[in-house]
Amino acid sequence: MRLLEVQDLVVYYGHINALKGISLSLSEGHFVTLIGANGAGKTTLLNTITGGVQATSGSVLFREEPILNERSDLIVRKGIAHVPEGRKVFPELTVEENLRVGAYSIPQKKKVAELLALNFDLFPRLAERRRQEGGTLSGGEQQMLAIARALMSDPEVLLLDEPSLGLAPLLVEKIFEFIVQVNKLGKSILLVEQNANLALHVASYGYVLETGRVVKEGPAADLLRDDAVRKAYLGIA
Amino acid sequence: MKLKSIRPAFVSFVLRYRVPFAILLGVLLVAYPWIVRNPYLLRVATNVGIAIILASSLNIIIGFSGLFSLGHAAFYGIGAYTSALLATRLGVPFWLGFPAAGIVAGLFGTFIGFATLRLRAVFLAFTTLGFGEITRIVILNWRDFTRGPLGIAGIPVPRLFGWSFTREANYYLILLLCAAVILFVYRIYHSRLGRALIAIREDETAARSMGINVFGYKILAFTIACTIAGLAGSFFAHFQRYVSADSFVADESFRIITMVALGGTGSITGPIVGAMILELFPEVFGFLAGYRQVIYGAVLITVIVLKPGGIVGVKGVFEKPRATRRSWIAQALLPRFNGGTR
Repeated sequence: MRLLEVQDLVVYYGHINALKGISLSLSEGHFVTLIGANGAGKTTLLNTITGGVQATSGSVLFREEPILNERSDLIVRKGIAHVPEGRKVFPELTVEENLRVGAYSIPQKKKVAELLALNFDLFPRLAERRRQEGGTLSGGEQQMLAIARALMSDPEVLLLDEPSLGLAPLLVEKIFEFIVQVNKLGKSILLVEQNANLALHVASYGYVLETGRVVKEGPAADLLRDDAVRKAYLGIA
Repeated sequence: MKLKSIRPAFVSFVLRYRVPFAILLGVLLVAYPWIVRNPYLLRVATNVGIAIILASSLNIIIGFSGLFSLGHAAFYGIGAYTSALLATRLGVPFWLGFPAAGIVAGLFGTFIGFATLRLRAVFLAFTTLGFGEITRIVILNWRDFTRGPLGIAGIPVPRLFGWSFTREANYYLILLLCAAVILFVYRIYHSRLGRALIAIREDETAARSMGINVFGYKILAFTIACTIAGLAGSFFAHFQRYVSADSFVADESFRIITMVALGGTGSITGPIVGAMILELFPEVFGFLAGYRQVIYGAVLITVIVLKPGGIVGVKGVFEKPRATRRSWIAQALLPRFNGGTR
């Protein structure tokens, strides 16, 4: 079943046409990646899906229900969680408080406790640091916290914006292992990434974005073999 | 440096003995009227109590939510006038006028919030500053209703079962109200609501993507704070037995802001300490009265530049210890070197 469906999405920032009619879809339990250079519109797309940016035209359907230009907090409640670019953990809240804020859309205390336990299982490092403030964590730990915080709303879809940003290669691999694990828990994932090589290795399907347009799409394995993609994004002639 | 090395020792000392300290403090506060046996000192203590309530409520706006209100005195004044008018014109007793004052001030707060909180934080600051002036001018000119510059005199003191409140009773009433407000603010801070407000203060976008209704919570926080200010106004009216627009001018708003900033924004104990200092200062240094605004301005600038966390720091002594933290003012003024990248 199509969980998330984006059709002909057009976004303007003033006169600048950031997205020029993008269509893509994400099925239940799948892992889809969106690769592209700086300024291709990857972050804009995610922000538009979660209501942070207003679209001019097009549509976004979640479980066949239109959600385009709805309020962000209502979109989260429907089951879409967004891990923003640059992590954006709350620096003055402790790890546990950060996670509890993530569960804001869930009123049942018992459910929150379960999700907290689940995330501490998934990220033992965060359990060790649960009383420490978000701002004092290392970059990798902050990224884990940002992912765990998004998972606290018990979403069906996780939108990840550039989780490798500013992290050492070894840490990036670690974070990606976590993301694959999250996918195995049954969460559908839409991953935006500049590190195309890694993204295409973990995802099952990929879209290539260039200046606001999807220029290529296909199973990740095919894109990895595609000459144009290899040349432009993988640095292999 | 010196202060830094002393503070942790002091804080841990207070924290270790906080239960005996709290009991001692409680006993002293209850016994205060018998210790001083002086109507003037009792009046000063009662005024300190009002200031603590005002500063603590403003702290919900400034400290917790990261918003900026320059018109807190207006909501205080609206509460005072509501209660005073109800008592003198309709003979409504304090116990009904008191909640009514809170509700009316809160409604005005909701209205101002609806009008401005969708916009960036500065707009709330400007609007509340303007609202404060409007309130003052309306009070001064609507003579039929508010008696204009004459003010309202002869407001009855609170009565309970036919017994009129004495000075001592007023002191105990404000002591009770203070304790209730401080407890309430403490409970908010450690609740879901508190976490949401702090998340909004730290990163609005991230807070929104957590499913927090940013606009709604800002209005809620602002309304709560204005309601409390209105309640303080009602008590003030019945305690002072006379209200006039002079008590609720922009000066008073800035005084309350200075209390919060001096004591420490975002902490529970900070505004209490700030309120005590600023309320007692003119009592001790009465001869400097003419320079009051200059002093408040200097205090405000000094605190923001040198010690953005205020005297108490962002975390007070009676709160759960945490790792190092910087105040939101410091974050706004200084480039962030840790925390999430921006």
